[in-house]
Amino acid sequence: MQSNYGHIFKEGLWANNVAFAQMLALCPTMAVTSTATNGLGMGLATTAVLVASNVMIATLRGIITDEVRIPVFIVLIASLVTLVDMTLNAWMHELYGVLGLFIALIVVNCAILGRAESFASKNRPLAALMDGLGSGLGFTLALVMIGSVREIFGQGTLFANASGLLGEHFHFLELTIIPEYRGFLLMALPPGGFLVMGLILAANRVIDARRARTASAEPQAAPAPAH
Amino acid sequence: MSRGVLKPSYLNRPGYHAMLLGGIAMICSAALVLGNLRTRDAIAARQAEDLQRSLEQVLPATLHDNRLLDDAIVIESDGHPRTVYVARKEGVVTGAAFEIVGKGYSGDVVSIMAVDASGTILGVRVTRHSETPGLGDKIEIKKTPWIESFNGHSLGNPDEKGWAVKKDGGIYDQFTGATITPRAVVASVQEGLQFFTAHRPEITADKPAQPAEASHAE
Repeated sequence: MQSNYGHIFKEGLWANNVAFAQMLALCPTMAVTSTATNGLGMGLATTAVLVASNVMIATLRGIITDEVRIPVFIVLIASLVTLVDMTLNAWMHELYGVLGLFIALIVVNCAILGRAESFASKNRPLAALMDGLGSGLGFTLALVMIGSVREIFGQGTLFANASGLLGEHFHFLELTIIPEYRGFLLMALPPGGFLVMGLILAANRVIDARRARTASAEPQAAPAPAH
Repeated sequence: MSRGVLKPSYLNRPGYHAMLLGGIAMICSAALVLGNLRTRDAIAARQAEDLQRSLEQVLPATLHDNRLLDDAIVIESDGHPRTVYVARKEGVVTGAAFEIVGKGYSGDVVSIMAVDASGTILGVRVTRHSETPGLGDKIEIKKTPWIESFNGHSLGNPDEKGWAVKKDGGIYDQFTGATITPRAVVASVQEGLQFFTAHRPEITADKPAQPAEASHAE
């Protein structure tokens, strides 16, 4: 059972990555990944909502019928995001100043509905929690990867303004990779996001294909987990 | 199906679907109403604090000894009421702060600006916007000091042509990938100055509550 949860987590994190494998949530992905810091902020906020919505929907899965599941999911997710938005605004105002921009975007993130539909509605709450955590962190990873590449080529920096999001202790993250850089506009705009995304996907496919070839060459290696 | 339990038959009745959707919607609405009630005052207080803080950023404390939030006057301008916070020192008007709104790339860019009594800009801060993160949000003082380039400027300095971004022949920088946002801010600041000039007599007039003194508005 333990390894099963680990497997669910790993699936979400990489093998079944929301952005790189499922191609979901591309709109927020392109919109916020102009810098690595924004990608990180959006990713973490999405992870929190994804975990909460997955657990909630898995808990209610017994009473939700297939016929009305989509509107029920949407009502639940939208209410959850609105509550998170109000709570942050009222009691964690500093954080809201940084994340506020992203929270409204989470409602339209189809990855959350996607995980609710394809996983949480068919699994126990604990498994859904692991799936939400894995998928959310996988999404964060994807956003930070795309954001890093775009920020380095677009502005010559990495994790600019990260201390604003994570606190003053994280000032060391803010790097200037290319000093005196004039900027590369294409990378900062959404088309740059698509280009970087495409290149990362291509690299991912090459690595997967190579791994599959080595795996088939030695079939006595560790048994593949059942799907 | 991978559902753990055998589906009871009532799950297939249309009435159940309606009840389920209606019930969930009602619970969620109730949760939202409760959440709104619980957070409304706190959010309003936070927003007042934000306003106070941005007022302090644009209007130096050395310029006034009154409480700005309590010393607000409302001026009708182009059919819209506009709140002006008047800074006074020993009763004399030393400056004023008010909100300005520009049409950005994705919605309104709301800023607060302060001018001294002669109409020279003391400071501008963006308080609310929904511009693209990483591109248009460089108008925030937290991201870049761009917004400080207005300090010390007034309607005649730079001249009419200078009140634009460099791309349009003006003196203010635009950002890589974002021209519309700074253009909106520049235009809103210029409009703010015109508003102040047009209404200077009302703004620098003595408080109506105070007994009329011999001093006159210029």
